[in-house]
Amino acid sequence: MKALSKKRRHPLAAVALLLFGLLITGSLYTAAGSISEAKAADTTTASQSDVDEGGKLFVANCATCHGMNAEGTNTGPSLIGVGAASVDFQVGTGRMPMQMQGPQAQAKPVQFTDDQISQLAAYVASLGAGPAIPDEESLDTTKGDAAHGGTVFRVNCAMCHNAAAAGGALTRGKFAPTLAGVSEKHIYEAMVTGPQNMPVFNDSNITPDEKRDVVTFLKTIEANGSAGGFALGSLGPVAEGLFVWTAGLGIIIAFTIWLTSRPS
Amino acid sequence: MTTTNEYTASTKTGRLANFVDTRVGASTIVKEFGRKVFPDHWSFMFGEVALYTFVLLLLSGTFLTFFFDPSMTHITYEGSYVPLKGIGMSAAMASTLDISFDVRGGMFMRQVHHWSALLFVASLSVHMLRVFFTGAFRRPRELNWVVGGVLLIMGLAAGFTGYSLPDDLLSGNGLRIIDGVMKALPVVGTYLSMFFFGGEFPGVHVIPRLYSLHIMIVPAVIILLLVVHLFMVVTHKHTQYPGPGRTNDNVVGFPVGPVYAAKAGGFFFIVFGIVAFISGIFQINPIWNYGPYDPSPVSAGTQPDWYIGFVDGALRLMPGVLGDFSFVWNIPFPWGDNSLVLSVLLPALVPAGALFAVMFAWPWIERWVTKDNREHHLLDRPRNAPFRTAMGAAGVVFYCVMWAAASSDLIATHFHVALNDVTYWLRVLFFVGPLVAFWLTRRICLSLQRKDREIVLHGREAGIIQMSPEGGFSEKHEEVDVYKRYVLTNFNDNQYIPAQPDAAGHISRKEKRRAKISKFFFEDRVAPVTPSELEAAKAAHGHHEVEGEKQDSIEK
Repeated sequence: MKALSKKRRHPLAAVALLLFGLLITGSLYTAAGSISEAKAADTTTASQSDVDEGGKLFVANCATCHGMNAEGTNTGPSLIGVGAASVDFQVGTGRMPMQMQGPQAQAKPVQFTDDQISQLAAYVASLGAGPAIPDEESLDTTKGDAAHGGTVFRVNCAMCHNAAAAGGALTRGKFAPTLAGVSEKHIYEAMVTGPQNMPVFNDSNITPDEKRDVVTFLKTIEANGSAGGFALGSLGPVAEGLFVWTAGLGIIIAFTIWLTSRPS
Repeated sequence: MTTTNEYTASTKTGRLANFVDTRVGASTIVKEFGRKVFPDHWSFMFGEVALYTFVLLLLSGTFLTFFFDPSMTHITYEGSYVPLKGIGMSAAMASTLDISFDVRGGMFMRQVHHWSALLFVASLSVHMLRVFFTGAFRRPRELNWVVGGVLLIMGLAAGFTGYSLPDDLLSGNGLRIIDGVMKALPVVGTYLSMFFFGGEFPGVHVIPRLYSLHIMIVPAVIILLLVVHLFMVVTHKHTQYPGPGRTNDNVVGFPVGPVYAAKAGGFFFIVFGIVAFISGIFQINPIWNYGPYDPSPVSAGTQPDWYIGFVDGALRLMPGVLGDFSFVWNIPFPWGDNSLVLSVLLPALVPAGALFAVMFAWPWIERWVTKDNREHHLLDRPRNAPFRTAMGAAGVVFYCVMWAAASSDLIATHFHVALNDVTYWLRVLFFVGPLVAFWLTRRICLSLQRKDREIVLHGREAGIIQMSPEGGFSEKHEEVDVYKRYVLTNFNDNQYIPAQPDAAGHISRKEKRRAKISKFFFEDRVAPVTPSELEAAKAAHGHHEVEGEKQDSIEK
């Protein structure tokens, strides 16, 4: 201890201290990051041939924006470490390849077959560790709790996606899409990868079980339909007000004209 | 013993009826009121719609009170709606879910109640717009206009208190805004909020308190004002549109008994049927989608019901800062700083306040500017009062810009435009829109009046092309019939009245101001056709119809 305190005025003491601090912070961060990183068991064991095929598809379809080695360019981010789930979501919902640059990538008809998508995913996954495509178990809605999922959804998702999952507006032309008709797998993948403007919900933020509950909740309300009749787009009071001012008052006015008309 | 020649009925029913009548005097009332004449026009029926939807609200609301529990006691929902099973919520929310899913006919009654509430305020608004644009608020009906305005405000109050009762996420967000507005007041804000909610928001008292207001105080005030309103309608007689034989001293139409009793009775059931149809087919306020209130989540697409939308829109339009200028003023009190949050208070209170202030004051403003203190029982066609119609249009646009702002997020998503741009454009329209609307509406009104003049003087374009013996083509103009001409020429013509000196020969500053407004309103005007003008036009056309001689009697 004495030796250490003797050297405390050494010119390099500050440097050593800084290095020490950085080392501690870095290792703590790595530890925390590995805990909270979404880990869905990788059931799709990708073969080397898949990776090779995916690489070819990548160079032909994605490299223009993402770079020859997925290192990213001015027009597209690096894909190293985004994981198979990210590719499966972006390509599987038709968002990638992107139709045009804009505030965010729009969903469009899917451009690749399922095989090609999994090859692409295998290639990107081989570039660096990232969230994998969720397994059947984490998507099984029969094991989920819809009520709890609803609570999680309202606290974490409803501010952008609307409490009835009808979607909503974000700033400067960005938006949260409706979740009706989105598959279980894609909902789960969106949560773990945070596509477009969506934040990442890692496994310490929303546990895999809670993610399954959210998926279950969404699928339950989708299957339930609207209990009270036509939902008017589930858009809330604006749609209701518009309806009463157009259809409601319209019918009333038609009757008032009929009641005050005289046979001519 | 005196002998009375009192009527004795010969049948049992007759004796019974006579017994009642000699004690309550109903026959005099029926005789008097039954012969009351009301004019017939579709635009006169929106007040009726409001009345009938109000009756519907009372009926369906009574049903709902049988099952609703206005309590914020925390319970666990165990009803039949699976996606909320086992979730903690207030008893108010749980009982609303029970009404929706477990009470027979409950869902339908809830939807009847909510749809008729939307229709109630909508028909009130359309009714007031009709009264405004036709000038029906003029003497002697100024006070009834004020009563109507208060009824509208009470309608908003009834709607807002009712909207909040289920204690769902959507309405809770609305209450949070009320809480925010209260807290934006310096010094007293936090106290007000604490008193209102019974503690830190959301507290445990607000639902029962809103319930008392919603089912007792507000409806009682509405019923009271409704009686006053209808009583004044009967006293003043109903207004009528101008037409031959219709004057300020008569009412042309049908008597209450039997025509209007039948028509109005039938119309009640029609309105009932329309609301029931809509309620049976279209879902409204699905609180099970929104979930129970919890101060942490705020859903996208959170809006109030349409009638509160304009206030929400004003809040959305208001910037928090303007460059370096902050709308929050920290008042340095001796005990520390208290903030006056103008970025909340200005939009929440000022536009709505200004709108209602101008609305209430308008009959007096108009009377002051026009110096017209006569009784008016004949309505104006909106084009014949260009200044008023233009003011009304400006008000409507002012309201609608704020209204649209309340759905700025849905405009952005559904028309694929950026939310920020929607807000910027609406901010511009907030200031420019009413001015453009005023100018445009006045020009349109004046043009329509000119067209009316043209039709009276030169006839209506018949669409028949005639060829003269020389080979020239011309369109035949048909003279309008005398009824139509009456409507086109007979209107209340307001003119610019220059500043008048008072008894002492002095022109007051107020009078100068009035003259300025009068000039602004009436400088551009289209005068009604005079009989001599009509004669001159006819002479020029070479027409010599017999109708020309009648003209004097028609034109007074």
